[in-house]
Amino acid sequence: MKIRFVINGKQVDIESAADRRAVDVFREDLGLTGTKESCGAGDCGACTVLVNGETKLSCLMLAAQLEGTEVITIEGLSADEALHPVQEAFIEHGAVQCGFCTPGMALAAADLLARDSNPTRSRIREALSGNLCRCTGYQKIVDAVEAASQRMREEQS
Amino acid sequence: MKDAKSSLFPGMTYTFGSTPGAALNIGSPVPRADALDKVTGREKFAADYYSDDMIWAGVKRAGVPHARLKGIDTAAAVNLPGVVDVLTSRDVKGTNRQGVVRRDQPVLVNDRVRHCGDGVALVLAENREALSRALDLIRLDLEPLPGVHDMEEALAEGAPKVHDDNPEGNVLLRIELNTGSGTAAEQECHALVEACFETPWQEHAYLETEAGWARQEPDGRIVMVCSTQTPFRDRMEVAEALGIPPQNVRIIVPYPGGAFGGKDGISVQSLLALAALHSRGRAVKMWWSREESFVASCKRHPAKMYYRLGAQKDGSLHYLDARMCFDTGPYDHLGGVVLTLAFEHAGGPYRIPNVHIKGSAVYTNNPVGGAFRGFGVPQATSAIERTMDMLAEKLGMDPLELRLKNALRTGDKTCVGKTVVSSTGVVECLEKIRGHNLWKEREAWKSDAGAFRRRGVGLAALVQACGYGPVVPDYANAKIELTDEGKIRVYCGVVDMGQGTAATSVQIAGSILGQRADGMELVLPDTDRTLPCGSASASRCTYTFGNALITASEMLRDRILERAADVLMAPNKEQLALVPGKVRCLRTGKEFGLAMLAAMMDEAQRTVVHRFRAPVAPEVIVPDEYVRLHGLPHAVFSYGAHLACVEVDEVTGAVEVKQYLSVTDCGRVINPQLYEQQIQGAVAQGLGYALCEKLEVSEGRIVSKDFTTYVIPSAADTPDVESLAVEIHEPTGPFGLKGVGEVATNGPLPAVANAVADACGVRMFHSPMTAEAVLKALREREGQG
Repeated sequence: MKIRFVINGKQVDIESAADRRAVDVFREDLGLTGTKESCGAGDCGACTVLVNGETKLSCLMLAAQLEGTEVITIEGLSADEALHPVQEAFIEHGAVQCGFCTPGMALAAADLLARDSNPTRSRIREALSGNLCRCTGYQKIVDAVEAASQRMREEQS
Repeated sequence: MKDAKSSLFPGMTYTFGSTPGAALNIGSPVPRADALDKVTGREKFAADYYSDDMIWAGVKRAGVPHARLKGIDTAAAVNLPGVVDVLTSRDVKGTNRQGVVRRDQPVLVNDRVRHCGDGVALVLAENREALSRALDLIRLDLEPLPGVHDMEEALAEGAPKVHDDNPEGNVLLRIELNTGSGTAAEQECHALVEACFETPWQEHAYLETEAGWARQEPDGRIVMVCSTQTPFRDRMEVAEALGIPPQNVRIIVPYPGGAFGGKDGISVQSLLALAALHSRGRAVKMWWSREESFVASCKRHPAKMYYRLGAQKDGSLHYLDARMCFDTGPYDHLGGVVLTLAFEHAGGPYRIPNVHIKGSAVYTNNPVGGAFRGFGVPQATSAIERTMDMLAEKLGMDPLELRLKNALRTGDKTCVGKTVVSSTGVVECLEKIRGHNLWKEREAWKSDAGAFRRRGVGLAALVQACGYGPVVPDYANAKIELTDEGKIRVYCGVVDMGQGTAATSVQIAGSILGQRADGMELVLPDTDRTLPCGSASASRCTYTFGNALITASEMLRDRILERAADVLMAPNKEQLALVPGKVRCLRTGKEFGLAMLAAMMDEAQRTVVHRFRAPVAPEVIVPDEYVRLHGLPHAVFSYGAHLACVEVDEVTGAVEVKQYLSVTDCGRVINPQLYEQQIQGAVAQGLGYALCEKLEVSEGRIVSKDFTTYVIPSAADTPDVESLAVEIHEPTGPFGLKGVGEVATNGPLPAVANAVADACGVRMFHSPMTAEAVLKALREREGQG
């Protein structure tokens, strides 16, 4: 079927089987390999993308469900070359190790901060608990999200 | 920014999000080189390689733990539209055997299935749908054989044999050692405790499952991009198994998406190369699903360990009897080496004058045991550290004081009789805990538990060897170049699977050559472009490669300065300094750009190669050369001490780690941020091992094959870890460092188990300590009481 949606600010028209997984559409058809697949079953969060401003697991989403949506993948999180504050903070605070969970984690963190400008550490931990990371022990990820939230509040005031 | 010299796998320019000009000082928390491309999704992992004409390869797995393979019916699969080819062991033209010490694992089974994950046929298909259907259509004719699923039963008379040709039956490796007066010393002990500990499998659960992409070039060479810790060793194994010359295999390794030992050895490599040999020049991709990764990959070895530990009246350790059995599954896969390291660490970081230690690694038809961060030491540490607490209780001694009293100091002998001559900071680590508020105020904290909650604190003292041991050469070849653009390019042949060796290497070279981050470039492991550096394992990466790189960097610095002295008519290089992008004459202030200088140097002059080989221990602990080959003993050790503060829910049995303190002696810390990453990540993995990671295996079949049933810690389950370093200079280490990748993995299981015992008087001898298991132990104690 023909599917039209907006991805990272750009409208795309694709021809795809309706039941093709969204993660495969992004990675294989559109070459956006920043979206990772790790479990393929909705357990790990590596394939997280933002659909109409909400986090979705693209391994559980079908191509047909993309029709008419606005999707942001990790490639689209930074606008005009400038990194998103979450990305800056991930770099500065050492939240990145092997990096395979990082795209999904950064999008989940950005989504959290869009809803809650001043989350506590335990709120951050809870919000990111659907995104597994095997390298960091999460501590520096939580540090980074705290730092990003502070910076975003400072920039707004 | 990518380097145009190699379109297939480029080196990268070292940049940062906001601080491209960051100084690369040793000891400073420089953000990682790889973070920017990873956080923007630009970094291409092995799993991210696709190409236009690409086909998919996948493996038909046996699905039964032990059987004779009588036939394979591939006709239906071959005839399925979209299927390019179906290959079996008949298509493997080499030895069809892989392995590190003992090559006993087939690429594709030719006679006997030895575990459920064994590969039997390889399918090449145009797309994943055809691949999946074809795999279902392959029919295996299997004659079931009785399996052996318990390591002690495997040793019994008449047990089914996993390998008919192994003269030792189901024993892969057996080691025995007596020191001092051996078992006779038992009678001289004032206090003696004994226990039997069982530890489970642990799944690595790296986020990037096994993946690779390969193609046969027109000249016949196989070029492969894959997720591995061991490209140079893989190349030899693939070549031998498939019967092709090693120089015809090129392996390129982007940053793996996690590995932890699970990619120390062959996964997709031989299969991919075999597929590429039959794909008529088309590229082939293989990427295991999570379920396939669970079924086919190696795991941390389950262990059963019987311990007897005795002390004199004053608390001096006098005697250890340790018997340890490791289940290696059907293949060696480093199982003998893992056992040997566990054996060396059986007595922890303590002086014990009389020991009897006996270890066996045993073949079974269970999942494959292999390398996993800590490499046998987490099992051994969990046994000795829980036994130490039992002994302290029996002696009526404080568990911290008992550890301090017996802790190794430089010049002491370890439990296997090896004299410690490298830096030895376990005393300093324990003292740091003694002075910490969490320890000093523990009684007040414990008494503050709420209703139906019990609190306890638990300790563990740690040691972890760095490097390979006395026989297998622990070497690295560093290569560094002044490029014609005037940048410094580091060719890093040791894999960075997340531990940060690549970034640290740039930091080391940059600091010596006076360059900032934006003046540096990095080339990741590639058997064509970088030089052999050994495996990314054994807490050795930065130690061994760093030592090689320091000398290479200093040699390049001298060459640059000498050339500049000639150009600037300075009397000698001592009057010059390397500054970012330039050489400056200190006396005149004249400057000369590095790009210009590079143009005035021959390529051979601009490139330096230096090899370093790590020191080895001269002691012969066990005369058997075969055991020495497996790595006994080591020369350099890192140390640590951990304190876990836990709360046990008496109603549910759930254990919550409220606070966690980790103190480490890994020598000098080159980058505090990367140091903390290693500690925090290792503690989280150790806490999963201690509390929730339970691989359900029934008669050799893995039941928990996903993250719903095999639970690894999430952000909500993991405490903040306070991570201190004692920073004792190690004279043989680069800038005084020792390995930090593994040591902290060893602490959580014994520290939490000791804390649970402290909280509610229940000693846990099995793990993981799930709520269910703890509740059962609490109920049993009530029943007894």
